[in-house]
Amino acid sequence: MARAQSPRRRMLTTIAAWSVALIIFFPVLWMILTSFKTESSAVASPPVLLAADWTLQNYVDVWARSDYPRFFWNSVVIAVGSTLVGLAIAIPAAWAMAFVPGKRTKDLLMWMLSTKMMPAVAVMIPLYLLFQQMGLIDTKTGLVVALMLMNLPIIVWMLYTYFKEIPGEILEAARMDGAGLWNEIVHVLTPMALPGIASTMLLNIILAWNEAFWTIVLTTTKAAPLSAFIASFSAPQGLFYAKLSAASAMAILPILILGWFSQKQLVRGLTFGAVK
Amino acid sequence: MGKIQLTKVRKSFGEVDVIPGIDLTIEDGEFVVFVGPSGCGKSTLLRLIAGLEDTTSGVIDIDGKDATNLPPAKRGLAMVFQSYALYPHMTVRKNIQFPLKMARMDTAEQDRRVERAAKVLNLSGYLDRRPGQLSGGQRQRVAIGRAIVREPAAFLFDEPLSNLDAALRVGMRQEISELHQSLKTTMVYVTHDQVEAMTMADKIVVLNAGRIEQVGSPLALYHTPRNQFVAGFIGSPRMNFIEGPEAAQHNAHTIGIRPEHITVGDGPWEGVVGLSEHLGSDSFIKVEVPGLGTLNVRGPGELGVHHGDRVKLSPAGKIHRFDAAGLAL
Repeated sequence: MARAQSPRRRMLTTIAAWSVALIIFFPVLWMILTSFKTESSAVASPPVLLAADWTLQNYVDVWARSDYPRFFWNSVVIAVGSTLVGLAIAIPAAWAMAFVPGKRTKDLLMWMLSTKMMPAVAVMIPLYLLFQQMGLIDTKTGLVVALMLMNLPIIVWMLYTYFKEIPGEILEAARMDGAGLWNEIVHVLTPMALPGIASTMLLNIILAWNEAFWTIVLTTTKAAPLSAFIASFSAPQGLFYAKLSAASAMAILPILILGWFSQKQLVRGLTFGAVK
Repeated sequence: MGKIQLTKVRKSFGEVDVIPGIDLTIEDGEFVVFVGPSGCGKSTLLRLIAGLEDTTSGVIDIDGKDATNLPPAKRGLAMVFQSYALYPHMTVRKNIQFPLKMARMDTAEQDRRVERAAKVLNLSGYLDRRPGQLSGGQRQRVAIGRAIVREPAAFLFDEPLSNLDAALRVGMRQEISELHQSLKTTMVYVTHDQVEAMTMADKIVVLNAGRIEQVGSPLALYHTPRNQFVAGFIGSPRMNFIEGPEAAQHNAHTIGIRPEHITVGDGPWEGVVGLSEHLGSDSFIKVEVPGLGTLNVRGPGELGVHHGDRVKLSPAGKIHRFDAAGLAL
């Protein structure tokens, strides 16, 4: 139900909303502003918000000093690859949990989610050794597998929530119409859950794109994505804040654009099922 | 062909026996209606026949072959659901075509069957629409279309009209009856609406708490109910049940008189009219008779009796007699 708001109240809520948004966005804004400063104004004390000596030199340097397209391509392969493999595994799993739940399905879901609460560093050594033995260190395949495993609980959970909203009678009708499990999932369930699958996919691409722990631990050069590209600008010789900021801005720009264009889908996805 | 035979079919969910054991034969070409109050197991029984639920024990034969463990698609049955269960992302044409596509039928034959079904169901102008753009009645027709293109051994209907408004329900009821007459295929129909049961069925199966109370033609159930439950369930308004001295006069524990078998005017029973409903064609009145309780009476449209009037009533038709266990004498 819509509530009538007085102009004063509306103004206050608008100010509050903008304040929160600014606080959240400020680090990103600061990073972008810094990327256009010289190294000396970047470390000036007290800090200056808007420097007088604007420059694009940082971007030029970063582009020249590293192979940005290769890092970018690795990020795309790892983020999209881990998401697609994750979806291929999660769709049947979520189907089973949503439509043929067992006594322990809820527990299983909770357990899967609880693995996300475990600090990643706790499995770093065993996973590293496993990857080493299997020759997966610094390979895109290795990272696709690692990030897929990390995000699988979230993908399964999100899809499970979407699938629960699909009336079971429609799937039963498909069964009566002669559809086997494969046809039921491909021709009926997936097209009906497409908005949900799309937002799950988007969110997971963003999560995988932004992942920095495993991508840095499990890669050196060949398979390094943009997160490792950023890290490469914090050298032992010291931090070059302006260049680091330029590198970070270049790393987040693609995903920022993707997020901007798909924000409607993302918000719908994240709040799906919250209100009928 | 479409003969369905259930032998000692039992279904339990955990500890609860929903269907304790049912024997039933549905002959080829029959229109059989499962009727009963909510929770009596009629939908579960239909789903067992469809294969959407597994039996706990017992055997389901379809056309003489054991189908107990066959998946739904292999039973050769088609089902129409209460919620229509149409595929919302497909056009009407694709919805109707879906079972044929699953059967990998030749494309030309698919098109021919879809066109024919659409013509029979007056859907030809809607083939390229999505279910969301159709009215309730049209959606139900699409669901029926999807069922008939497969030319199944039998149709299963799970309360297909309960989502429609009253006027549309009457129309669709007639359409389904006409469809049965033209196709002559076995139809098993679940409803809680006894008017649907009476008007459509060749054979009614009255269910109560997972048990069959009686199987018979609509008129057989109306005229000779086997027990008090069937007597009370079949017929609208409900049959009046009278116990005590009045029943004892007829050597019964309880007697039952249908509202249409009581006349207003003169008679041994006297009471005050409570509720009176005048429908034009009929009048339904409730009369509070001391010693007998409230009696439902169905009279002609011009009965001229109103709330608060004192009236005399007399039984003028068959009096049904029941023993203490509720069985007909």
